[in-house]
Amino acid sequence: MNATLPLALELAWFVAALMLVFGLRRLSSPAQASGGLRLAAGGMLLAVLASFAHPEIGSNLALAALAILVGGGLAYLHARRPTTTAVAASIALYSGLGGGAAAGIAALELLRVGEDTAALNLPAVLGGLAGCVSLAGSLIASLRLTGRLASPPRLAQRQVTYLASGVSALLLGVLLSAASSAHPVLVFVFLALALTFGMLTALPVAIVDLPVAISIYNALSGLAVAIDGYVLGNAVMLVAGTVVFAAGLLLTRLMARSANRRLGEIMYSGFGLAPDSLAAGGASGDVSPIDAEDAAVTLAYARRVVIVPGYGMATSQAQHKLRELTQLLEERGVETGFAIHPVAGRMPGHMDVLLAEAGVPYAKIADLADINDEFPDVERVLVVGASDIVNPSARDDEESPLFGLPILDVDRAEGVIALKRGSGTGYSGAENPLFGAPNTRVLHGDARRSVQDLITALKELD
Amino acid sequence: MDGISALYVFVLAGVAGYVLIARVPSVLHLPLLSGANFVHGVVLCGALLALARAGDNVERTIGFVAVALAAGNVVGGYLVTDRLLKLFDRRATPRATRDETGAANRAVHKGGDE
Repeated sequence: MNATLPLALELAWFVAALMLVFGLRRLSSPAQASGGLRLAAGGMLLAVLASFAHPEIGSNLALAALAILVGGGLAYLHARRPTTTAVAASIALYSGLGGGAAAGIAALELLRVGEDTAALNLPAVLGGLAGCVSLAGSLIASLRLTGRLASPPRLAQRQVTYLASGVSALLLGVLLSAASSAHPVLVFVFLALALTFGMLTALPVAIVDLPVAISIYNALSGLAVAIDGYVLGNAVMLVAGTVVFAAGLLLTRLMARSANRRLGEIMYSGFGLAPDSLAAGGASGDVSPIDAEDAAVTLAYARRVVIVPGYGMATSQAQHKLRELTQLLEERGVETGFAIHPVAGRMPGHMDVLLAEAGVPYAKIADLADINDEFPDVERVLVVGASDIVNPSARDDEESPLFGLPILDVDRAEGVIALKRGSGTGYSGAENPLFGAPNTRVLHGDARRSVQDLITALKELD
Repeated sequence: MDGISALYVFVLAGVAGYVLIARVPSVLHLPLLSGANFVHGVVLCGALLALARAGDNVERTIGFVAVALAAGNVVGGYLVTDRLLKLFDRRATPRATRDETGAANRAVHKGGDE
């Protein structure tokens, strides 16, 4: 790392760093986003190819090629499969992998304490810590989003474990970096503690808040990459990692703000909740059911119908049927539109993606700020598999775990028809008084089947 | 690279990252997160170097895992971002084209799904 590198290699890395940074820049503007990704990909290719010109790269080359094939191949097979519902979980997974790689690099440095410059040991500890937290936290977030880790196990004294693992990992790391020779066993203990700490950071986060947490882990991966870049003397990693870290922090703030959450609340809110308040579910009051024929008539003779999609639309892939339903209603002279909550589904922009896929015109889609004042003038709201984002207790009930989350005020509309598959709770597990309200009717069943029934019933009206 | 110049790079690149992303419409939050995820896949460079320096089998194993994880980050990060952006591309097309696409979808749908 102190050897002078060939000028061509340094130049190639310099150009690659610029390409990565400006590629990311273009990704933040809608018109240039695709070009930005290609630019960043070019930078990535250049950076990796240039690495093979490094004077030290000679040994273990076959092993490196095999690792690239294995890691890249598995990711290729995995990334081709998932549906749009799993995008946030996939991002979390790949982001965690990057953190894991950074942690591995840091671990190798720590195994070499005493051989290399001592000044690099502490950065290696910090890089390892950030990488491990990102790896473990992202993996937990990914598992929870795909439903493979349903309810986080409640450890007694979790706060104590949380603090203890974090503090002891840091202390042990500092000790390791100050040691005069390497202690392999202690390095692995350090990694295990850091991984435990990372897991514990992701467990208490509410499911609706997980995308924000994923953004934090992504920023941490960037930080770990930047630190490793410094340790290895690799400027492209230092620059690209730092830019990802800073942009990730900003993005985290923006995402938290659009959900009206403070970061502290997101990362710690799960701690304070009594299990009872989460376990109690269902709608308060009696739910009044409605069948598809009655619901279709109600919709057909409304002046204005607003559809509020949620995760239930995504899981049953009801967006194409919904588009067809709005068309039939429009033909009958009903004004229709979609209202999108910023955190509807399991990631920001989730509903926009699905409705775009179904070909719903942009002009028909309104976001929370635009439409919320208009609900008192709306005759029927059709809630399609959404709960938390229309839960009035988030607005009215300070005891609710959702309190403070901005909601779509659909309870102020003249009437609500809710398509629901299961019981009354959303991801938060919070009770939803909307479903028991006097002006709400519930149409039970899978969202796509229910919408199909509505379409059939509408066609039979003529 | 000495510590002080690294510190300069860190702070300036940090400011650059913050400024570059300053105004992002909320529909692009997810593609941007995904793109940032792809960009930190550049850790692959470091993992390759770390593996090259590995001396014994323990180190080689860790290096191998690091390279494989980093390659997964690069490939997966790229594919997910690409697919997300393709979904948004349709949104970005002019209104007339979009309505045609919608009509086409509708026709396909009515014909095929019931």
